[in-house]
Amino acid sequence: MAFYIVQFLTGLASAASLFLVASGLSIIFGVTRIVNFAHGAFYMLGAYVAFTLTERFSGAFGFWGGIVVAALAVAAIGVLVEMVLLRRIYHSPELFQLLATFGLTLMVEDLVVLIWGPDDLVGRRAPGFKGAIDFFGQNIPSYDLFLIVLGPVVLGVLWLLFQRTRWGVLVRAATQDRDMVAALGVNQKWLFTSVFALGVFLAALGGALQIPRDAVNHAMDLRVIVEVFVVVVIGGLGSIIGAFVAAVLVSELNAFGILIFPKISIILVFLVMAVVLIVRPWGLFGKPEAPARRTPGLTVNPWRPLTMNERLAAIAVLVVAAALPFVAGNYVLTVGSEIAIFVIFAVSLHFLMSVGGLASFGHAAYFGLGAYGVALLAKMAGLPMIACLLLGPLLGLLGAAVFGFFAVQLSGVYFAMLTLAFAQIVWSIAFQWVSVTGGDNGILGVWPEKWAASPSHFYWLSLGIAALAVVILRIIVFSPFGFALRATRDSPLRSEAVGINGKRIQWTAFVIAGTVAGLAGALFAYLKGSVFPDNMGISLSVDALVMVLLGGVETVSGAVVGAIVYKALNIWLVSQTDWSKLVLGGFVVLIVVAFPKGIVGTLEAFLHRRRKSSSAASPVLTSRIETAE
Amino acid sequence: MRGYFVGAGLAIAVATMATSAMTTPALAQSEVKIGEINSYSLLPAFTEPYRKGWQLAVEEINAAGGINGKKLVVISKDDGGKPADAQTAANELVSSENVAMLTGTFLSNIGLAVSDFANQKKVFFLAAEPLTDAITWSKGNRYTFRLRPSNYMQAAMLVEEAAKLPAKRWATIAPNYEYGQSAVAVFKKLMSEKRPDIQWVDEQWPPQGKIDAGPVIQAVAAANPEAILNVTFGADLVKLVREGNTRGLFKGRTVVSFLTGEPEYLDPLKDETPEGWIVTGYPWYSIKTPEHDAFLKAYQAKYNDYPRLGSIVGYQTIKAAAAILAKAGSSDPEKLIAAAEGISMSSPFGEITFRKIDHQSTLGAFTGKTALKDGKGIMVDTAYRKGSDYLPSDAEIEKLRPKD
Repeated sequence: MAFYIVQFLTGLASAASLFLVASGLSIIFGVTRIVNFAHGAFYMLGAYVAFTLTERFSGAFGFWGGIVVAALAVAAIGVLVEMVLLRRIYHSPELFQLLATFGLTLMVEDLVVLIWGPDDLVGRRAPGFKGAIDFFGQNIPSYDLFLIVLGPVVLGVLWLLFQRTRWGVLVRAATQDRDMVAALGVNQKWLFTSVFALGVFLAALGGALQIPRDAVNHAMDLRVIVEVFVVVVIGGLGSIIGAFVAAVLVSELNAFGILIFPKISIILVFLVMAVVLIVRPWGLFGKPEAPARRTPGLTVNPWRPLTMNERLAAIAVLVVAAALPFVAGNYVLTVGSEIAIFVIFAVSLHFLMSVGGLASFGHAAYFGLGAYGVALLAKMAGLPMIACLLLGPLLGLLGAAVFGFFAVQLSGVYFAMLTLAFAQIVWSIAFQWVSVTGGDNGILGVWPEKWAASPSHFYWLSLGIAALAVVILRIIVFSPFGFALRATRDSPLRSEAVGINGKRIQWTAFVIAGTVAGLAGALFAYLKGSVFPDNMGISLSVDALVMVLLGGVETVSGAVVGAIVYKALNIWLVSQTDWSKLVLGGFVVLIVVAFPKGIVGTLEAFLHRRRKSSSAASPVLTSRIETAE
Repeated sequence: MRGYFVGAGLAIAVATMATSAMTTPALAQSEVKIGEINSYSLLPAFTEPYRKGWQLAVEEINAAGGINGKKLVVISKDDGGKPADAQTAANELVSSENVAMLTGTFLSNIGLAVSDFANQKKVFFLAAEPLTDAITWSKGNRYTFRLRPSNYMQAAMLVEEAAKLPAKRWATIAPNYEYGQSAVAVFKKLMSEKRPDIQWVDEQWPPQGKIDAGPVIQAVAAANPEAILNVTFGADLVKLVREGNTRGLFKGRTVVSFLTGEPEYLDPLKDETPEGWIVTGYPWYSIKTPEHDAFLKAYQAKYNDYPRLGSIVGYQTIKAAAAILAKAGSSDPEKLIAAAEGISMSSPFGEITFRKIDHQSTLGAFTGKTALKDGKGIMVDTAYRKGSDYLPSDAEIEKLRPKD
């Protein structure tokens, strides 16, 4: 019995650590709607700064003072980031802030190694909490007890802050309806800044408090960020109590789950999230999101098919690209093939995001399924390459059909997180099912047949399929189906009123996107000659998201440019510099500031403005997105 | 919409220029190039000393006149910890840089990806670090050689000591990926062969890099084992040790642990180093052989720092590559393979041989016990174990390794 109590308390201590970081994220998202990818980076910075301070100043005062000062210092950095960077892009398309915070995360990962060196750092133990307390023959670390108390205390303080202060009232109001708060004359700027500062403070505090238990290292951010997102979503976005309950739930399930299934940790949080979101689409304590109110007066260029001249230009670009093998060597061609494959992958996600309005955080699952489909068909069934390329993506289709059915029942960030959960479940199957998938050692020897083996032939194959994918997806965008999909995106109620079955339309779009992603994965398997669980990992999903956002989510085919720029730059930087993440992250941040609608989106807006001013006689049609519902 | 095409055109132009800028002019005839790939950005704690090691080797080789009179140049690339990116790098090195051979890699899946690439493109590959048995056995190929003692060899070294322990109830803690899984599997198999009386009472599989140490330790303690096998390393090991010390998990229990004696993993533990663990590692402070002394002196003179195991691996990888290139007298892969099979050379750990049968080197490892000295973890009672003594019989390897 004593064992179970101690195990429960151990779970609570883990929950408290998780909650501190999760609460900050929840507050930030609730008010500013920023998907703060850099939350993990602030957590890590908190730990590093606290390490430095606690090493320098000894004694109880030095230690606890160091922790608090570290959290405050990192919160100050957070304020700086918010004022300099995020303020510029609040009016950018949804999720664009994700791109900015992603860039920051990349930079911080390299910066901490530059500043603190590559070694794992082990900090001091907390004065007064070094030992353990005997509980019927079981030891409970006293630091665990401290954390168990701290968690609810922080919860209580936050609750008082939100319920009993004017600032808290404003924050709660903004969480519910930020447009209304703005309309009532509240200065949103400072509200957002202060909320961001509080959130970052909590993240850094969470990181600093890990010093006595953990080793401070440059991978801490990624370890925590996904898990924390999951906790926030399970609890319900913007709900502090929800985050607390979810942290306890996840930690306790893990603590007891490993007694029965020792390998469960790798997937547990995602399983819990998938179940919770299917049963309760807004998390445990969340409320349905109010229908988004777009800023009135925002004008967009209505989408239209290409004119004849533009089509000719597109063909010219394609011809130029197809001539590459006559001037470039094998390496450039292989990189070209890889870029073409990522163009396919990015446009498939772009189709889902921009036309369907469904941002998937787990799109790599279908890419990976396509790759595994090919690898299994080629290695086990021994099918020829053409058959594999045709049949392999069907695994992506199948996965998208099953998961898409559940996912499209949700919307917004909940949709995104459910797709992430599904992707992680698929990933863990590939990772754990060693007898079929080879586990993380992957499946080797999936090389193309002779006719496609030379780099130039494979390049032409990839380029051709990429061009085909872009054309087909554009045709779909301007087909009746595409119009119905956009109608569902812009106004679910009105589209339903004219007889569109929104969920079925979105499901179909999800399956189309998944199949195209599977096609990209199938080509990728042949390009690399091998398949690994990596091919469906989170970082690949994030890469795709970054490509789409970089190109411009409000464009028809911006992802093409986003994919080319991001992938080429990434490959080049990794090859040329040891600090590729720092440079790439800096570049992403610059792009975010310079092109607040993505590269293509900003260029389009610019050209559109110029055309309007030069030809006042023929006013360009602009549609007004009216206040929905 | 035209903007989009201008953008696309620009982007393609930039991409093409960027990629073609990477290609350098054809190699000068007075150079021999080696392409080196490792996870520099993902695993700096290991790869920084590793890089210092191979840079020292390059310096020494060129100071001694290079390879058959030609200057040795190592072109190094980062793989970011991703197999797909490692292949991109390998491709660049082979297609654009025209390197004579590929070396490096740390993670097992990356080692396998590059080895498969080498097999497909018919390029010589000397794997430095990846520990998986598959790279020389079940997925071995004629183009791939490996320097470090494999999972199997390290397990066999540890089993020799572990089998002497009286403990009968064993638990295992290992990271949940191929390295952890195969380390536990081999250890269990070899151990149970020597000691059929042993019981395996619990196993824990925390995700690599994400151990929730408290619950894991409680779960192991609840099974009440007499001895524990640990395979975790890096930040996971730190958490496990700290939490285990606080909770008294290691009191009265013997722990056998892979890699823990390597300075990379032992040094961060500082005064929390648990005493009496049976480990494999690299006690650079207590190796007294002329070969190692020479290496140590040169390394400390150049970097004003002590070597980690990564330094040895990096150093010897390039030394071995140079020896193979010198013996082959050519960069033709077939001649390189012929030269590498059975080649013997000196190393800081004494003479090593690359076996013909499975392309594994006989570089060994040190075993010993952990201890605390002046608030720092060290290895004591150390013994060097030759790799050749801990490999299965040739007949068994014939069965494991596919025919060329």
